[in-house]
Amino acid sequence: MTTAVSVQNLTVAYEDFKALDAVGVDVAAGESFGLVGESGSGKSTLLRAVAGLAPVTGGTIRVENRQLQGARRDKAFYRSVQMVFQDPYGSLHPRQTVDRQLLEPLAIHGVGDGERRILKALDEVGLGSGFRFRYPHQLSGGQRQRIAIARALILEPSILLLDEPTSALDASVQAEVLNLLEQVRRDRKLTFIMVSHDLGVVTHMCDRLAVMRGGRVVERLSSADLVAGRIGEDYTRNLMVASKGFRRG
Amino acid sequence: MSALLTVNDLRVRFPTRTGVVEAVRGVSFTLGRERLGIVGESGSGKSQTGRAIMGLTPSHAEVTAKTLSFGGVDLISAPPKVRRDLRGKRIAMILQDPKYSLNPVMSIGRQIVETLRRHENVSRSEARERALDMLAAVQIRDPARVFDLYPHEVSGGMGQRAMIAMMLVAGPELLIADEPTSALDVTVQLEVLSILDKLVADRGMGLIFVSHDLRLVSSFCDRVLVMYAGKIVEEIAASDLASAKHPYTQGLLNCMPVIGADRHPLPVLDRKPEWAL
Repeated sequence: MTTAVSVQNLTVAYEDFKALDAVGVDVAAGESFGLVGESGSGKSTLLRAVAGLAPVTGGTIRVENRQLQGARRDKAFYRSVQMVFQDPYGSLHPRQTVDRQLLEPLAIHGVGDGERRILKALDEVGLGSGFRFRYPHQLSGGQRQRIAIARALILEPSILLLDEPTSALDASVQAEVLNLLEQVRRDRKLTFIMVSHDLGVVTHMCDRLAVMRGGRVVERLSSADLVAGRIGEDYTRNLMVASKGFRRG
Repeated sequence: MSALLTVNDLRVRFPTRTGVVEAVRGVSFTLGRERLGIVGESGSGKSQTGRAIMGLTPSHAEVTAKTLSFGGVDLISAPPKVRRDLRGKRIAMILQDPKYSLNPVMSIGRQIVETLRRHENVSRSEARERALDMLAAVQIRDPARVFDLYPHEVSGGMGQRAMIAMMLVAGPELLIADEPTSALDVTVQLEVLSILDKLVADRGMGLIFVSHDLRLVSSFCDRVLVMYAGKIVEEIAASDLASAKHPYTQGLLNCMPVIGADRHPLPVLDRKPEWAL
């Protein structure tokens, strides 16, 4: 089994505040790996550090057996790793059409055949070519997130970093986007690293997960263990109770 | 049981350049001192229903109803002065995100005191005492310290508790909670909900709980209205949720990933045009 992403002893500090404190995570190629925790636990920071969007102060990140330096990422990196952000309202350019946003990664990487690729990408995320010349404000939240996924997939990456991809969406639309993500993962044999605060979503999507708290990984377990209640840490147990919903005490 | 709130054929229309958008299209229900949930997706009109009752519909929109009365006051014909006196005193509203709904340049304590002094003739020191008591009632451990903090200095859960304190300090009879915990962490959500639950029960208030999360609403409320495209498609007792008849309600129930249920792919809503008729 080859390792797609390997993070060792990673530390990210914002001045005096350690957002990540010696975190280690290994994700195998083709695996779907989940990161859960409360806000401020460092789960998004870990994802952003891999993408080169956080100030790494120590430790190593290896992606497909290439060691990454600091926050510098070359073009080859972005061809194999793409990211989908939480808020589809904030992650699309408000004054560019869908066509323009999908063309941009192709232009940056000098990929030809834009016409065909854009139509294929739209088709893959379940939006017809009728959406091609729309602006983001003419789309619903679920449609926008589909465009963000199409933009991430258009370069045919092998690793997708997903930062709460459905938490800004309605429950009914969330199901559609989760199904879409599972479908593309199966079709393209992608590796997922998915951040979510929702244990239901993570156990549905991921094989293994890491529970984070205060910038550290407190527990690593498989989804099957979590479902069966084979939990080692009280903190994870609390998250489980919370995810079951409100009970009148 | 006399009704606290009667809503009959409520409609909210927004005139736009491309025609009139009807956000709420003929909603009717009555509410006693009970917990009522309103559930639906974004755009179903659930929040606009709550806002129309509160009187917070934007001024360019048009609100009509055959009856919209609260405790004997006809809200449709009531002058702004009467509505201002109701708002905060007898009807209160908790909004989704404390980051945006608290005043960022006023300390938390001052905001609570402001609500109280707007509606009751109390001295400064008495208002402060009552605000501190209210902060203690929402289980804030050190009320005197939090009283002087600004909204950016507290966490989301603490901010939302401060908001609940602010809304309940004048002793309203009806509380409208619009997605009160959606912006909070899962672990904090339960805390805030149980505080809200206890206060609503102890004070015998009527509650309208607006949310997109059907399971959450049904565990919190006695009765649930399910809205789609501005209309109520189903009304159901929370305990009978499993026997919901409308396909939309069933769809909302089934689409959430549940821990331990292995369903790939997840069932999705197959929206039928006739639901919106």
